[in-house]
Amino acid sequence: MLVLTCPYCGITAEETEFKPGGEAHLKRFGPGSTDSDYEAYMFNRKNPRGVHFERWRHAYGCGKWFLAARDTVTLEVFGTYTAQTTTPPADLVATIAQKRPDWEGLQ
Amino acid sequence: MPRYSAFAIARDAFRQHSGWTQAWKSPEPRSHYDVVIVGAGGHGLATAYYLGHRFGIRNVAVIEKGWLGGGNTGRNTTIIRSNYLQDPSAAIYEKSRALYETLSQQLNYNVMFSPRGVMMLAQTEHEKRGYLRTERANALQGVETRFIPPAEVKKLCPIIRLDGPRYPVLGALWQPRGGTARHDAVAWGYARACSDMGMHIIEQCAVTGVESTDGAVSAVNTTKGRITCGKLGIVVAGHSGALADMAGFRLPVESVALQALVSEPVKPCMDVVVMANTVHGYMSQSDKGEMVIGGGADGFNNYTQRGSWHHIEETVRALIETFPMISRLKMLRQWGGIVDMTGDRSPIISKTPLGNCFINCGWGTGGFKAIPGSGWAMAELIAKGEPGPLAAEFSMTRFREGRFIDESVAAGVAH
Repeated sequence: MLVLTCPYCGITAEETEFKPGGEAHLKRFGPGSTDSDYEAYMFNRKNPRGVHFERWRHAYGCGKWFLAARDTVTLEVFGTYTAQTTTPPADLVATIAQKRPDWEGLQ
Repeated sequence: MPRYSAFAIARDAFRQHSGWTQAWKSPEPRSHYDVVIVGAGGHGLATAYYLGHRFGIRNVAVIEKGWLGGGNTGRNTTIIRSNYLQDPSAAIYEKSRALYETLSQQLNYNVMFSPRGVMMLAQTEHEKRGYLRTERANALQGVETRFIPPAEVKKLCPIIRLDGPRYPVLGALWQPRGGTARHDAVAWGYARACSDMGMHIIEQCAVTGVESTDGAVSAVNTTKGRITCGKLGIVVAGHSGALADMAGFRLPVESVALQALVSEPVKPCMDVVVMANTVHGYMSQSDKGEMVIGGGADGFNNYTQRGSWHHIEETVRALIETFPMISRLKMLRQWGGIVDMTGDRSPIISKTPLGNCFINCGWGTGGFKAIPGSGWAMAELIAKGEPGPLAAEFSMTRFREGRFIDESVAAGVAH
């Protein structure tokens, strides 16, 4: 079972206490943007085999949205971090790069 | 290829069954094919079969990174139905169901299609109203379904409990011509027929890259070498995102794990398929006697072919409430498949931004029932370069155009 740590309240719990929220760090496009930018923002997803940055909500806990880096093949959680950022923390990126040498990096 | 028949079995009985040959050949790949299909699951093989059968295109290779039918084709709960709300869905699933009726004769391979009937239980007033609406939509679409009262549900499926404490059965949407088929046999039957037409089925051969020239596909690189092709069909379900990445475009698809499990075999006790969408579980009995059970999908991106443990608990809990007699059954096996979910829970059969490259994906939790219809429509798209009437609505541009085929609202859950 997937085990996550909420970066806000510090609780470590099983996945049933959290709700998944899909891909993280999406750049928002709204009125005035091109159709293809809006389509990509709304629907197209990286859906990688491997390192994935994603949103989670501590739904049955403190209720906060947070972000996590996880491997979609092994389910290894590299780390979680607060949602008040547009990029993952540098030390987390370094940890992932060390654990997954063939990871193509942030795109 | 020798024809299978009762006479052939009798004849071979006299020679200790030594005369049977391999059902499909295992050739080394040639350097060029007119059409390369990636993915030898049901959908990929059906596509190849109808390319040959309907359009006479036989210089075709179907390449598969694992073994034939080892992905979702061998991991589903084999349910076949076409009681969809939206017109484009009902059209392609009904075409598929109709093709299943004669598939064994067509392929000369027993796919064990069993039109035993499928019922979807209505367990809330809201769900009941939804199914009454679907019943009327199906009548207009020419799909035979009927909303039946609880007494008829009990008559068709005596082991069901109508007055459960949480969700009593208020009726069911009954499709008498739905049912099940033997999943492996569907893949094997198509593979044998494709091989018989001279097509190459190449297993244990993973695609590592897609090459293009002037905006159109020219070759695929594989673990068995480079193969040039006139046209490319990507039919790889859960791994569509990875293949699309190689071909240089993104898809509105996310992959999650969906689980199923089977019980120990028991005597015949249930001769229909029952789906309980409110409590999220469905069950039928296989010819071997096992109760075949399916449930909910994970909510997060996942390539594990395993799934989360708590979904099994939720599914089994729901089914025990609906079928109390299964409470002491032991479960034999559990497994997961990677399903490709689109935003509107409807599939994609489409041209792609890369020329001569076509994709068939997004069947999500309901691909098995669609195999013949999907192959029929995909073959037409590849052969003509433009979609026919069955595929046209399922273009991947529908997301940009806001033309959703919203089955997530209509069906709610697993289908």
